[in-house]
Amino acid sequence: MSKNNNDFVTIYVMGKKQKVPADLTIMKAMEYAGHQFIRGSGCRGGFCGACATVYRMRGSYKLQGALACQKQVEEGMIIAQIPFSPSEKITYKLNEIKANANTFLEYFPEIARCLSCNTCTKACPQDIMVMDYVQAALRGDIKLAAKLSFDCLGCGLCAMRCPAEIVPYNIGQLARRLESKYIEGPTEQVLSRCEEIKEGKYDKEIESLKNADKETLIKLYNSREMKNE
Amino acid sequence: MSSENSGQILKINAENKEFKEKIQDLSGEKIDLCFQCGACSSGCPMVQEMDYLPSKIIRMSQLGLKEVLSSKTIWVCTTCFNCEVRCPRGIDIANVMEAIRQVVLRQKFDKVNIDMLTPEELRELPQIAIVSNLRKLTA
Amino acid sequence: MRLAYYPGCTLKTTAKSFDISTLESSKTLGIDLIEPERWNCCGTVHALSKDDVMHHLAPIRNLLRIEEMKKTGIVEESKVITVCAMCYNTLKRANLVFNSDSDKVKKINENMENESSVYNGSVQVEHLLETIKHQGWDNLRNKVKIPLKDLKVAPYYGCLLLRPRGLGIDNADKPSIMEDMIRALGAEPIDFAYKQKCCGSYHTVFMKERVADLSYKILNQAKIAGAEIIVTACPLCEFNLSHRQTEIIKNRSEFKEFPVIYFTQLIALALGLKEDSMVFGENKTDPRPLFKYKGFLKEI
Repeated sequence: MSKNNNDFVTIYVMGKKQKVPADLTIMKAMEYAGHQFIRGSGCRGGFCGACATVYRMRGSYKLQGALACQKQVEEGMIIAQIPFSPSEKITYKLNEIKANANTFLEYFPEIARCLSCNTCTKACPQDIMVMDYVQAALRGDIKLAAKLSFDCLGCGLCAMRCPAEIVPYNIGQLARRLESKYIEGPTEQVLSRCEEIKEGKYDKEIESLKNADKETLIKLYNSREMKNE
Repeated sequence: MSSENSGQILKINAENKEFKEKIQDLSGEKIDLCFQCGACSSGCPMVQEMDYLPSKIIRMSQLGLKEVLSSKTIWVCTTCFNCEVRCPRGIDIANVMEAIRQVVLRQKFDKVNIDMLTPEELRELPQIAIVSNLRKLTA
Repeated sequence: MRLAYYPGCTLKTTAKSFDISTLESSKTLGIDLIEPERWNCCGTVHALSKDDVMHHLAPIRNLLRIEEMKKTGIVEESKVITVCAMCYNTLKRANLVFNSDSDKVKKINENMENESSVYNGSVQVEHLLETIKHQGWDNLRNKVKIPLKDLKVAPYYGCLLLRPRGLGIDNADKPSIMEDMIRALGAEPIDFAYKQKCCGSYHTVFMKERVADLSYKILNQAKIAGAEIIVTACPLCEFNLSHRQTEIIKNRSEFKEFPVIYFTQLIALALGLKEDSMVFGENKTDPRPLFKYKGFLKEI
């Protein structure tokens, strides 16, 4: 790997100056600079939301959010990882709760503190209209809250920045659960797949996977097919 | 008032003066205009829950007395503006109450805790009640 | 007449009857109310402290949505109609701050930098009662199908429709707009001492008993003055005056349930709209027995 100086950028990882190849993601750049991820890294594909990161560009006041595995490094990035956003896991039994107008307030009364300041939306690396879905939840609009929050990965950046101390991603999750259970209902595919599972269609395959050794599993994983349906 | 005190000007110390100015800045009200007629207190719907009458809060604020910060009155005010329309001196007393509340709230203080509400209460209460309550009484 | 309509959160949840009766009766009066596609809670209370900018963002954002509706031709005027007293007050006062405090405007705009346009301050905030008044009480009177003859109605204004001084929809000391509306519907307005007295507002959350007591005084005064029903324009007043009757009855066995409804429900009734436009079933205190007794609703 030979790179000339132009292919490198200077970034600041938690204040420490680093020269890293310009074509790397934040995550890979940090690893290049010697950081090891114990937390704050998961799927590395932009789906799990584990690698929430905040950064500022030199010369700009803006605090921006990104997923470290998705965002490419840029010259002058000042980076810090937010490996976890502290929030209580609210438990509810989906079969028992109701999709009422006040359901959100019952489980997350703090949404009434929302200032509509839109900081959450600004922080979201997924470009979700977070404030709009929190507001939809406040007025009991489950469908809209579910729709707007659909792309949420639960990275937690919105929750870290909210001045009203709301945890938006928990609210979006409840909205989507209520919507799929009580408004949309399960799709045909889900129902037919459940039927197949019950009938034991996949029992043999699962058994063979359970008995497979590590080598075989790695091989299978790497050659897996993803269907786009 | 005894004879040797009569004619003297009431002076407040620097700390009280600073506090008084803070209330005036936050509220935007000229509290010295108040001449203690008591119209605000007579029309207030919450006086039964108050330790100091609204007119007394204004008097204490004129003197910069920090005791107002620990008064019950500022928290039970409903911001109904009845005092505002009654005041012959044009002081918006609700703004003064808000200013004093803000001084307290800005020191990491919450007057109420929504976690105390039962699921039944949260199911019944309208959005308008919870939003306004938390805006007024939490930091 | 197509006008923008800001319903507010509570009209979408516990006060659906207010929302539906507003839309239906307005339509009959020739006012098409159009809800913005995007809107947020107005914050319910105006931020009173002079250095506060953050709390003005919510109402200003809504006003910006209205301006956008005007720009795209969805509505004819740069005007927003509200029915909730608290929304009305908050939007109106924030608008006033925006149009009078240039330092604050700068800060507000800076904090709304990711909006696609900047609010120009052009929106006029109006309460539906004002809109109907501007159409003329005769217009309302002429559209009445079921004159509410001999119905004694106490108008309860509460606080934020009238106060602070100069910001309300009518004279803070001697309001008459709801009385005029009641007369136009063929009913008799009942004047009572507590029509502008506070119901305890948001203290209903943590000071239930005190609010029940204040509500009792209001209900009782209306009753003594001879009223058969109370109309209001605030979902929080409605909640306190009707839901807190449960607490009142606990402490005062002699107290009998007293109906409290929204003014738009009364209009819908007099306009002869279908019952599902009045949504009386959503009210905590059911007015239907009274209206059936008076012959305004048919016995089913």
